[in-house]
Amino acid sequence: MKRLLLFLPLVFAVAIGVFLFAGIGKDPTKLESALIGKPVPRFELQDLHAPERMLDNSVFEGQVSLLNVWGEWCPACWDEHGYLMHLAQYEGVRIVGLNYKDQRETAFSFLRKLGDPYETVIYDPRGSLGFDLGVYGAPETYVIDAEGIVRYRHVGVVNERVWREILLPVVNQAKGNS
Amino acid sequence: MRFSPLLLVIWLLALPVQAEVPEFYDFSTRAEEQRYRDLIAELRCPKCQNQNIADSNAPISKDMRDEVYRMMQAGASNDEIVGALVARFGEFVQYKPPVDRRTILLWAFPAIAVIGGFLIVAGVVMRSGRRETQEPVLSPEEKARVEQLLADKDRSS
Repeated sequence: MKRLLLFLPLVFAVAIGVFLFAGIGKDPTKLESALIGKPVPRFELQDLHAPERMLDNSVFEGQVSLLNVWGEWCPACWDEHGYLMHLAQYEGVRIVGLNYKDQRETAFSFLRKLGDPYETVIYDPRGSLGFDLGVYGAPETYVIDAEGIVRYRHVGVVNERVWREILLPVVNQAKGNS
Repeated sequence: MRFSPLLLVIWLLALPVQAEVPEFYDFSTRAEEQRYRDLIAELRCPKCQNQNIADSNAPISKDMRDEVYRMMQAGASNDEIVGALVARFGEFVQYKPPVDRRTILLWAFPAIAVIGGFLIVAGVVMRSGRRETQEPVLSPEEKARVEQLLADKDRSS
């Protein structure tokens, strides 16, 4: 019995080692959204392309969408845009844009240069919907199901790997039970 | 480099330049202003690693300070304000996590560690104390032998 007690520090050290090892490689800057499983916050904002048209939560009704938060000022948004174009054109993904803390003119010039993968773009110059969504760093990409419920949030660039390994499974699951 | 008092003075004068651009909010009372300062000191910026929204000048922290101010003016309580921000950004933004079933171990751990350490120390002390009282250092026969040996030694020297 006493012998066994001598192994206690070893057990303790191994337990701490396993715990710390599990944390290696986790990105502490990525937070899970507080809104997962909850509806997109209520909003009423202009359509980027048609200021007279007001958009609200009905944008998300009826089909699974990606909600991509972007701005011309955001360098990583330039990086991921090519892949969003690919998703919209070849994979038939419905992408709704949220133009976040940007201006119409700069947003237009961005879309002219890089193309427009968005079915609709919500214009949020003051970042009010972004704030309610808990956006803390563009680009962010949300998976919204056909009932307008947030299923997932990805912070950072969307690329082939992120799409295949993270977003596509969530999208398929959202399509499965709606 | 030679020590130059002039350089030191210039350096000291340059320090205040680093101060950040202040924002001005109007508060009706001192107490309200203090409440605002306390709130922004215990809310954490989600964008930055470990900075509160009072210290951070990330745009998101500015938005959060605006929201704290706006809700205060609308008459919200501290819990309502913190709750509204947690609902948006998650529990990450709270420096003091709420005490509930998931966090009880986190809160209780310092006390558990102190009590555990105390018990171990107490155990060690008591065991060593008992050993001293229970086992006499030498039995009477041994004592006699020691005296014998010492006496021999005295005689031989």
